[in-house]
Amino acid sequence: MDAPTSKPEQDAADAFLEGGASLRNASGPYFGSYGGRWMPESLIAALDEVQDTFDKAKADPEFIAQLNDLNKNYSGRPSLLTEAKRFSEHAGGARIFLKREDLNHTGSHKINNVLGQALLAKRMGKTRVIAETGAGQHGVASATAAALLGLECVVYMGAEDCRRQALNVARMQLLGATVVPVTNGSQTLKDAINDALRDWVSNVDTTHYLLGTAAGAHPFPAMVRFFHEVIGEEARAQILEQTGKLPDAVCACIGGGSNAIGLFHAFLDDASVKIYGFEAGGDGVETGRHAAAITLGRPGVLHGARSYLMQDEDGQTVESHSISAGLDYPSVGPEHSYLADIGRVTYEPITDTEAMDAFRLLCRTEGILPAIESAHALAGAIKVGQRLTEGKADPSEVSVIVNLSGRGDKDVETAAAWFDMLDENGNVKGTTLSTRAPKGPAERTEEQN
Amino acid sequence: MSENITSKAAAAIDRAKAEGRAALIGYLPAGYPDVQSSIEAGIALARNGADLIEIGIPYSDPVMDGPVIQAATTEAIANGFRVASVFDVVAGITAATDAAVLVMTYWNPVMRMGVDEFSRRLAEAGGAGLITPDLIPDEASEWFEASDKYGLDRVFLVAPSSTPERLEMTVKASRGFVYAVSIMGITGTRQAVSGSAEKLVADTHAAGAERVCVGLGVSTPDHVREIAAYADGVIVGSALVAAVRDGGVDAVGKLTKELSAGLRRETAQA
Repeated sequence: MDAPTSKPEQDAADAFLEGGASLRNASGPYFGSYGGRWMPESLIAALDEVQDTFDKAKADPEFIAQLNDLNKNYSGRPSLLTEAKRFSEHAGGARIFLKREDLNHTGSHKINNVLGQALLAKRMGKTRVIAETGAGQHGVASATAAALLGLECVVYMGAEDCRRQALNVARMQLLGATVVPVTNGSQTLKDAINDALRDWVSNVDTTHYLLGTAAGAHPFPAMVRFFHEVIGEEARAQILEQTGKLPDAVCACIGGGSNAIGLFHAFLDDASVKIYGFEAGGDGVETGRHAAAITLGRPGVLHGARSYLMQDEDGQTVESHSISAGLDYPSVGPEHSYLADIGRVTYEPITDTEAMDAFRLLCRTEGILPAIESAHALAGAIKVGQRLTEGKADPSEVSVIVNLSGRGDKDVETAAAWFDMLDENGNVKGTTLSTRAPKGPAERTEEQN
Repeated sequence: MSENITSKAAAAIDRAKAEGRAALIGYLPAGYPDVQSSIEAGIALARNGADLIEIGIPYSDPVMDGPVIQAATTEAIANGFRVASVFDVVAGITAATDAAVLVMTYWNPVMRMGVDEFSRRLAEAGGAGLITPDLIPDEASEWFEASDKYGLDRVFLVAPSSTPERLEMTVKASRGFVYAVSIMGITGTRQAVSGSAEKLVADTHAAGAERVCVGLGVSTPDHVREIAAYADGVIVGSALVAAVRDGGVDAVGKLTKELSAGLRRETAQA
């Protein structure tokens, strides 16, 4: 990174280190020199409307009660904090606790944000929501919330991601959503966001853009974080109850960074808690084929926010690469860029190989199949556990929380291919069982003819 | 607006006004299909009736652009377009014509080069200024400084959704003209010009703008005629890009000539 730490970041770092300032009150639009609204004028009125509606809702006990009710009786919150005892042996003996966002309805943390935003869409009188999705988790969650609240839903998904996550495409369609495959650019998450923005600017009177990560123009980073803060608040209370003390470290994976900021937020002011964000290192950051925006990017603007960005010398966005569709994004939420600059959070890359090793390890030691996104956090936690227990007589004094942001059912085909479990027809070896999406009645009939 | 800077864009619009007509502003992407061809297409624009030329910088994530411009700029990048070549395109057109040449760009490429450096090189190339589709005045402090330093025009956008407060703020921030987005949407040809454009132009004039030009979805001589009746300039993009795609430089010249026939206000009354 050749950009020197600018003045506001240095001031914030000094204030935090002196124990004076809370990092929990950042409401945007700026996080240090990051964030803002690098957006077409056409969308500014809509962003103002979202911000105004959000500010009022946040202060309205009725809205909060409605949200809490949905979180509890629809999503199944609070999610569990599960100690992973056999997995811990591989992390230097540190006690590893999994924040089980995989157990939420729809199988990931994404539901927290979509329920909040879908309620806001109703408050604004919108009849239609649009969303982008990478792995399909946010798309499925959006389709779910839209069905629940009676909203029309259109999901933009990169054509490459539609292929990687065919089952989630079918899930969204079953839930009544329209899935639009995006064939522009790298055909992944960033291009899906571009097309969603084009839709939004054309249909803004009827439509709310249900952005799925803590990135984009103000108020999205602060608003999406708000809806996910419940993750960290629950985890903090649960670890205190289970161990009687704060954890030594918390870990999460970072694509846009919504599950991470939701977990981190409750711990930002606990100076004794080390915080780690794990970016997708793809084939390895030295290969150029990765999605590690903070590790190797430099500040720029994309999708409405100034943040760390993977870009070339001309400022063109560089295509990111990751085995995980949900982390395959060349930028990151602006608050993460700020937390990186002030040194409060440490961001490190995890390669595809490290993530998939951790994926298999969790399956076999705990009987939990994690999302490949979350496997990046698990791989990171192994390193953190080993580091923090080094030289300790009793490594079990060290405790680490990992955000298990989603379940891995959607990743079975990717994992089966990675671990060489498939034959050349895509069937599980030795069987005629395909991991691919089953064919519908129409296609079956066609084949018979 | 800074009064001590001579705006090239304003001068070009005023020359058209003195002839009793609206100005024609044509958009073409730099480097499409290659740098030399884009210079020739720009010259053809100017020689066939365009008063101002808007040269777009191909960008990886053009969220305000529809399929025609996306396809062209994607091809330009695939053909090896480099951002610094935009200065060659500007210099090539300004050397051969009297048209004011503005650059239309998403903000990240400017930020990456450095706002001051980009502005200095644009001014050296003879460019009039910048049109900035994803930079609002609220975020433009660096650009204010650089555009004043190098005497460049700052063309910000207003939209049918802009509040009266934002119209006034944007008008104050702009130099050269104000770009009125005719509809809520992205670039691309459309059957008809939205009715919201005329009201937006009137509101923008009322907010203090001397020159307001209308773009987005303008593609035919009839559209031009309709808009020329109430706006100071008419901006055509996708239709010209499609002309380059389908018929090269000659097709650009021919379409520009047809479009410019719609500019005279008296024909609009007829």
